[in-house]
Amino acid sequence: MIRVENLYKSFNGTDVLKDISITFEKGKTNLIIGRSGSGKTVLMKCIVGLHEVDKGNVFYNDRDFVKMDFLQRKMIRREIGMLFQGSALFDSLTVEENVMFPLNMFTEMSLEEKRERTNICLCRVNLTEANKLYPGELSGGMKKRVAIARAIVENPRYLFCDEPNSGLDPKTALVIDDLISEITHEYDITTVINTHDMNSVMEIGEKVIFIHEGYKGWEGTKEDILDTDDENLNDFVFASNFAKKIKERQLGE
Amino acid sequence: MNFFSIFGRYLILMTRVFSKPEKHRIYLRQTIKEIENLGLNSVGIVIIISIFIGAVITLQTRYNLESSWIPLYLIGLTARDTLLLEFSSTMVGLILAGKVGSNIASEIGTMRITEQIDALEMMGINSASYLILPKILAAMVFNPFLTLISMFVGLIGGWFAVILTGALPSSDYIYGIQYLFIPFYITYALVKTVVYAFIITSVSAFYGYYVQGGALEVGRSSTRGVVYSSILILLADLVLTQLMLA
Repeated sequence: MIRVENLYKSFNGTDVLKDISITFEKGKTNLIIGRSGSGKTVLMKCIVGLHEVDKGNVFYNDRDFVKMDFLQRKMIRREIGMLFQGSALFDSLTVEENVMFPLNMFTEMSLEEKRERTNICLCRVNLTEANKLYPGELSGGMKKRVAIARAIVENPRYLFCDEPNSGLDPKTALVIDDLISEITHEYDITTVINTHDMNSVMEIGEKVIFIHEGYKGWEGTKEDILDTDDENLNDFVFASNFAKKIKERQLGE
Repeated sequence: MNFFSIFGRYLILMTRVFSKPEKHRIYLRQTIKEIENLGLNSVGIVIIISIFIGAVITLQTRYNLESSWIPLYLIGLTARDTLLLEFSSTMVGLILAGKVGSNIASEIGTMRITEQIDALEMMGINSASYLILPKILAAMVFNPFLTLISMFVGLIGGWFAVILTGALPSSDYIYGIQYLFIPFYITYALVKTVVYAFIITSVSAFYGYYVQGGALEVGRSSTRGVVYSSILILLADLVLTQLMLA
């Protein structure tokens, strides 16, 4: 479980996050949604410590991350897997080397053991024939899968995904969503996903937090979204003409 | 950003670079890789430039010292001392600032904007140390060899020029490059090279590491890295010359 309490963050005098308090639940896919520029990515980067917070606390199972020193944070980060928007694979390493990288850095496993663990993770993301390929030779969906494999190779307790579906076609996006959801339940980890893809929300959103202009605008489940009377959330969810028509038809019925 | 702010950030980065590595074996492997990337891959350009500059220095000295009062072997001596004292360390340093410096700044800058550095940090790895320390060590270890290669090849270039143009007898040139040889000049050149290697790698890495934005900013940071490394090399040249030769 991750608990965020009264978190504030500003850049050059502009408030980006204002008084955010959220609890991300264990064993669930927790989705942060909101418009581009609403502060979703900044919130995620504050939670994992890539941005320092101005005020507030972030607790990883009651361990206050904000108050930790560099070494303590390093230890917590070993419990975190992160999937970046652009996958962030290391260009100079093959798929296998990318996934094996955290094992090389932090374990004393033999090469055979590392290979075995790497192959298990690649198999888990349904990528078995790409070990020797470089990131430049992979499609967007394959890169995301490799990034997921790398994120789970050390059995993390927390998984963060920043826009996991950006740049993917709807079908591949669904595959990635399902994969993240399955891994969350299989390993019983706390997963936090940043997205503005409503398909993802309806597919895997067990807990949904809506960020609007730096504030927490709404919190609920995917089922609650359709019935909400929150104006800002409705504006965001039913932004497309297609979604508007569905909503109008629902109201008509 | 003012000078003190930039210098402060540079010092903070260097503190992180020289902190204890996560795993020495991995850093050693990275350093060997960087010796190939930054050092061995620069041998070609150093040889080409040194051979031509050695030839040109010899010919220019010959054409500017046309006097029956000056013995011809002094042309060899002048070419040798120019190569040893300045060209093979400082000029090669400036050339490497362009080649290696831009390479480092753009590589690390691209890693920054594609979130690869964030990915390293998220794994609990000291990204500054992992990415920059092997480059600094590799350059400080290998660049002295580049300087020695440049000295040797530069002298060969001068000899070729002498043979091909007949500007002076080959025997005078050979005698000149051995005449009044001061071994300390090599030590002086190597010390300068090691300092330049640190400047080139750390300054370029600094500009790459703190890049923000997109491809345009990576290009700009790469240019800045090269320009500031070159200026600092010239400054270090002045200081070291005063310290070591005065």
